[in-house]
Amino acid sequence: MKSINSPQELQKIREEIVGRRNPEKPCIAITSGTSARAYGSEKVIETLRAELEKQGLTEKIDIRVTGGQGFDEREPLVIIYPQDILYQRVKPEDIAEIISETLLRNKIIDRLLYTDPKTGEKIVHKNNIPFYKMQTPLIFGNNSNIDPTSIEDYLAIGGYSSLAKVLTEFTPEQVIDIIKKSGLRGRGGGGFPTGIKWESCRAAHGDKHYVICNADEGDPGAYMDRGLLEGNPHSILEGMMIGAYAIGSDEGYVYVRHEYPLASENVELSIEQLRECGLLGEGILGTGLNFDIKVSGGGGAFVCGESTALMASLEGKAGEPRAKHIHTVESGLWDKPTDLNNVETWANVPLIINKGADWYRDIGTEKSKGTKIFSLVGKVNNTGLVEVPMGMTINDIVYEIGGGVPNGRELKAVQTGGPSGGAIPASLMDIPVDYDKLKEVGSMMGSGGMIVMDDKTCMVDIARYFMNFLKDESCGKCTTCREGTRRMYEVLDAITQGEGKEGDIELLEELSWIVAEGSLCALGQTAPNPVLSTIRYFRDEYEAHIKGKHCPAGVCKALITYSIDEEACTGCGACKKACPVEAIMGEKKELHKIDPDKCIRCGACIAVCNFDAVKVV
Amino acid sequence: MIKFTIDGMEVEAEEGQNVLQVALDNGFDIPHLCYHEALEPYGACRLCQVEITRGNKTRLTTSCNYPVLEGISVQTGTEKVIKARKMVIELLLARSPNVPIIKELAEEYSVGAPRFTLGDDDCILCGMCERVCREIVGVEAISFLGRGSNRKVGPPLEINPQTCIACGACVYICPTDCIKVEENENERTIVRWGRTLPMKRCKVCGRSFAPWFQLDYFGKITEGIPKGFWDKCPDCR
Repeated sequence: MKSINSPQELQKIREEIVGRRNPEKPCIAITSGTSARAYGSEKVIETLRAELEKQGLTEKIDIRVTGGQGFDEREPLVIIYPQDILYQRVKPEDIAEIISETLLRNKIIDRLLYTDPKTGEKIVHKNNIPFYKMQTPLIFGNNSNIDPTSIEDYLAIGGYSSLAKVLTEFTPEQVIDIIKKSGLRGRGGGGFPTGIKWESCRAAHGDKHYVICNADEGDPGAYMDRGLLEGNPHSILEGMMIGAYAIGSDEGYVYVRHEYPLASENVELSIEQLRECGLLGEGILGTGLNFDIKVSGGGGAFVCGESTALMASLEGKAGEPRAKHIHTVESGLWDKPTDLNNVETWANVPLIINKGADWYRDIGTEKSKGTKIFSLVGKVNNTGLVEVPMGMTINDIVYEIGGGVPNGRELKAVQTGGPSGGAIPASLMDIPVDYDKLKEVGSMMGSGGMIVMDDKTCMVDIARYFMNFLKDESCGKCTTCREGTRRMYEVLDAITQGEGKEGDIELLEELSWIVAEGSLCALGQTAPNPVLSTIRYFRDEYEAHIKGKHCPAGVCKALITYSIDEEACTGCGACKKACPVEAIMGEKKELHKIDPDKCIRCGACIAVCNFDAVKVV
Repeated sequence: MIKFTIDGMEVEAEEGQNVLQVALDNGFDIPHLCYHEALEPYGACRLCQVEITRGNKTRLTTSCNYPVLEGISVQTGTEKVIKARKMVIELLLARSPNVPIIKELAEEYSVGAPRFTLGDDDCILCGMCERVCREIVGVEAISFLGRGSNRKVGPPLEINPQTCIACGACVYICPTDCIKVEENENERTIVRWGRTLPMKRCKVCGRSFAPWFQLDYFGKITEGIPKGFWDKCPDCR
């Protein structure tokens, strides 16, 4: 790409790119983010390229390799333009047929369409699929329209026009005012007003200011930021550039976790592209803005998502949080004023500049504006990344977008906010999702993880799981967090082993208090949430474990026994064959029995029984 | 000068000081195990927690790393502070039940037998050894290893630390006395780090007085010291 030295040149290049493109030309878009790659998308792309070559169609049909488009459950997705036909779970062996039937004969291949499980209807267009229908993909939607490795694609959809607008029309103070007025709040978890953070950072004295993009996403089951970094890295970089102008910074960092190789690769490539055409460096777009961005990789510690630990890690020190009595906007990276925002927060910035604060304010609830991307996972039919306006109810997200709980089971709870959040019970599913409402019910927005749990989920076991995660991921500096999470885990583990004692719930509450009140950083301060929220809403389950030595959900192995229902068993022998420890006895066509002493409660028999004859008590 | 109050008493401090030091200087008794005035405050043990009111917000916080600020009000003995201290002592006692200083604190605060499985590690991870080695001695022979409940202090790769000069600063500063030193005429060993160094004898009196390696290091980092100074023991210099 040649160098772009003014807003006019940027516009001219954009027009040239768009002018070269024919929207009527057939194009096959294939998703190839991390989820799609796990399903073999790279092989599908390879096959597609070879097939087009073989048939001499390379010039006639375009290929666009995109990042994830949210519906990870159904990856890889293939979308055919201009007809907008979506094929899902495409395999290399489907490619020849897609070319000969759909592209050349305009015939739809029924087999590859998405089938609505509720109606049995085959759906052709992406936006008619229930998963997509109720979403408002303002931030994530552009993943469909671009190849993340092509800066031309990003420019074609209006990329860097917000930056040009800011540099030519607004003073830094005006930019801050727009962001403040928009009501944008941090998407990383805290929900602090972004504009105010920028304002304080700009006002902080210092010869140097830094901006940082926090891409150290680490909540189990959450991958919104990965989706954005992989699928639309330029939108984040553009946000950072606008932020740098507003704050008065000439140096930025993207701190991305090492476990996201594709995200790092795409961001680094995008930065190189920007340097090459002069959009990063000295005198950006012929204005006085000097700014450059570097990428730094995390080393695998969850705590490095905490701002001060992240900065310590960036400085080359161990990733440990420090006290924030002096805020990082005043003294952050290398003791300089530093503004740190999450990936999704940055990605919101160009949109707000482009469409205006008033437009943005109209989306969402009173105190939570805009949209939020959630990673909808767990016991839900349609797993993936979903972007909805703030204020949508959990019910709508889980049932309308997520398609409800699989196998007709009952919804029990939804965990939001990852290990720092809490479990919200089924009875509260009609609450609107926003920062304040989630906090009110004992959870938090967090970065956007949403884990759906069904009635076969043991809430004590869930609390134990999160506490196990936290005791390992605490940096270990504060006695309260290090020793406290470890002791909470021990108590929870004992309860699930059938060794719970009277008073354990109270002990957990006491420990929760000291861990939350006595620890330095947000990891410790929020660590007890999964325990406190499960005690608050599922106390009876704790009591069943402790007093009744019984796990109502049938999960805790020490508290359950497997048996075979005399009425239902046909003596087919399937369970006997599947049992890895030979705990099942019985002759063919006769009632089978499980030896409880040998049984390891692995569930292999349940999985193979066609008659629902294996019972867990 | 910065003015603020501790338990209602007006105190004065210089900018850059921390609340704990000012409180100690003014005779307030705040327990602490990871703070030493010669080292950067760290805030690990969480024993020095107090309640601090700044503006209209009151919160429980460690006083060692809280900078003195004009007009704040510090409370060192509220119900909340005592409750937090007792819980921290119980957690420390469960981890290190054999450490005298922790047993004394438990007695002082009437903390009974911990409600948890007892550990037997005398190290409470206060990090003073690591800080003194890095900040004062300047050799960084040891550091924190691992994280969460697997955290510990030790030399890189947990083998004989090549930069350790066996000066014993860590031994001296350790509040729980879990770093031991052994010494005879010929060598000195810092037991916890597995570091043994041969001793040098005084050119004058012939007494063995410090490890060769340590004296070499001192020679390198000091300037304007007369030739032969490090060849003599402190008594003969």
